[in-house]
Amino acid sequence: MTLGPVLVLAALLFSMGVYGVLARRNAVTVLLAVELMLNAVNINLVAFQSALQSPQGLGQIFAIFVITVAAAEVGIGLAIVLLIFRNRRSANLDDFATMKG
Amino acid sequence: MGPTLDYLALAPELALVATLMAVLTADIVLPHAQKYWTAVLSVLGLTVTALPILFLLLSDEGTRTMLDGSYVVDDFALILKGLFVAAGYIVILMSVSYIESDRYYQGEYYFLLLASILGSVVMASARDLILLFVGLELVSGPLFLLAGWRKGDVKSNEASLKFYLLGVLSAAILLYGMSFLYGLTGTVDFDGIREVSAGLSDTPAFIMAVLFIMVGFAFKISAVPFHFWAPDTYEGAPTPVTAYMSVSSKAAGFVGMLIVTYVAVPGASNIWGPALWIMAALTMTVGNLTALRQTNIVRLLAYSSIAQAGFMLVPFAVAGVSSDPTAVASAFGATVTYIAIYTFMNLGAFAVVIAGARYTRSGDIDKWAGLATYQPGVALFGLIFFLSLAGIPPLAGWYAKLVMFSAAIGGGSVWTAVLAGIAAINAVIAFYYYARVVKAIWFDPVPDGHVAGKPEQSRSLQLALVITMLFVIAAGIYPPISAYFGDTVASIVGGG
Repeated sequence: MTLGPVLVLAALLFSMGVYGVLARRNAVTVLLAVELMLNAVNINLVAFQSALQSPQGLGQIFAIFVITVAAAEVGIGLAIVLLIFRNRRSANLDDFATMKG
Repeated sequence: MGPTLDYLALAPELALVATLMAVLTADIVLPHAQKYWTAVLSVLGLTVTALPILFLLLSDEGTRTMLDGSYVVDDFALILKGLFVAAGYIVILMSVSYIESDRYYQGEYYFLLLASILGSVVMASARDLILLFVGLELVSGPLFLLAGWRKGDVKSNEASLKFYLLGVLSAAILLYGMSFLYGLTGTVDFDGIREVSAGLSDTPAFIMAVLFIMVGFAFKISAVPFHFWAPDTYEGAPTPVTAYMSVSSKAAGFVGMLIVTYVAVPGASNIWGPALWIMAALTMTVGNLTALRQTNIVRLLAYSSIAQAGFMLVPFAVAGVSSDPTAVASAFGATVTYIAIYTFMNLGAFAVVIAGARYTRSGDIDKWAGLATYQPGVALFGLIFFLSLAGIPPLAGWYAKLVMFSAAIGGGSVWTAVLAGIAAINAVIAFYYYARVVKAIWFDPVPDGHVAGKPEQSRSLQLALVITMLFVIAAGIYPPISAYFGDTVASIVGGG
C-alpha cells in the first residue's frame, strides 16, 4: 500500500479537527474535533510504521500511548464540561467570556 | 530479558510515586479534621525526593543512561529535577493556608500537584518522543483540574476550560509534528533523530514537523501569538495554582523545547532559529505592552510572565544563527539560568500576592495602595520580588538579564544584536509597570474607606516568602550561585 494517500487522509482529518476547534461553539463538539486531530496523528504513526517496516514497532507503541493519554484527557475534559454545565446550564463557549483585558 | 534499571538514578521518581500514593491513601483513611496531614506528607515526600537528586548531583559520577538511551540522568536533568522539586515545595507551602481557608476538599489538591511535579521530573530525563509526550501530558493533565479547583466559582470553571481546550489543542499539534519526525527519521530517540535528520533540513515535511513541534511547545510556554489563554487562566485559577502554572508548567515547556531544539534537531537551527527569533521579539513586546494596561495584580503578573518567557527565548535565536559551539553552549546555559532565577522570583511575587490579598481583600492594584503603612513586612517582600523581576541589581533578576544579554551579544551577528536591542527596550518598559506596583504599595495613600483584613498568621506562607527571598538576594549578590546552573548544564550541548 502506498503511503501518500494515507497521509493525505490524516492531513484532511487533522484540518477538519483544527476547523472544528476554531469554528464550533459547543464545548463537546470542540472535544470531538480535538479527537479527530489526535486520530490523524495515530493514522500517521501507524502508516509510517507500516512503510518503514521497522521491527521495533515504535510507531504502533507511540500510537497506543497517544490513544491512552487521549482517553485520560477526554475524561478530564468531560468532567470540566459537566461541572460548567451544572453551574451555567450551558456548554456554549461564547457564554464563557467573563474575563477581559 | 527485561530492561536493566538503575534504581539510584530512578530514586527521585520512585520517591515521588510513593509520596503521591501515600497522600491519596491518607486522604481516604483520615477523618476530615486531620486532612492537614496530606500537606505534611507531601512536604516530607518532596524532601525525600530531593535527597537522591542532591546526592547524584554532588557525587559527580557522570551520566546514567537507561532504556536504550531514552531515559538519561545527566547534570541538566538533575538541575531541572531539583528546580521542579524546589518549586513544588514552595508552592505547597503557599497552598496550605489558602486551601484550608477555601473550605474545599484538600487531599486531591496535593495529589494532583504531586502528579504534575512527577511529570516535570520525568520530562527532564526524557530523551525520546514518546517519553517526552507522556511527561508533558502528566504535567498538564492535573493542572487542568487544579485550575478549576474552586468548583462553584464561574471564573475558575472558565479558567479550567480555556486551559484544557488550548492544552489538548497544543498537544495535538505537537503530536502531529512528532509523527512526521518519526516518519522521516524512523526512530523516536533523540540521538537517532539527530544523526538521521542532519541531511533533512531542506525537506519540506521535516521543516513542517519542526515548526509544528515549536508551535506545540509555544502554547505551553505561553509565547505570543499562542498566549491568549494564559491571562484568563491565571486570573481564574486559585492563586497558588497560578503560581505553579506560571513557573513549573512554563519551565516544563521550556525543557521540552530545549531538548528538542538543542539535542534532537540541532541541524535544523536554520528553521527553529528564525522562528524563535520572531517569537521572542513578539512575546517580549506584546507581553510588556499589554502588562502596562493591567489594573489587576494577577493579570499584571500573567502578562509579565509572558514577557519573561520572551526573554528566555532570546538565547534560542542566538543558537539558531551561531555556528560557534561556545556561543551555543552559553545560549543554552543562559536559558536554564534564566528559568532557575525566574522560578524563585516569580514564586516569591505570587506569595506576596497571596499574603497581601489577605489584607487588601482585592486584586486591584489601586486597593493595594498604602500597604506599607499597615503591613510593612509584606510590602518589603513585594519591593524585593518586583524589583528583582524588573532586573534591578543586586537582586537575582539582574543576573538573569545579564546572562541573557551576554548570550545575545556573544552570538556575534546583526540579528542577535537587533534582538538584544529589542530586549533592552522591553526591559525598560517592564521596569515601568513593576515600579508602578511598588509605588502603589509604598508611596500612595491608603484608599478611602479601606478596612484592612486581619487574617491569622500563616507560618508556611511566611516560610515560602523567606526561602524565595533568600535565594533571590543570595543569587544576586553572589553570582557564582546562578552561574552554577549555566555552567553545569552547558556540557549537554557540547558533548551530548
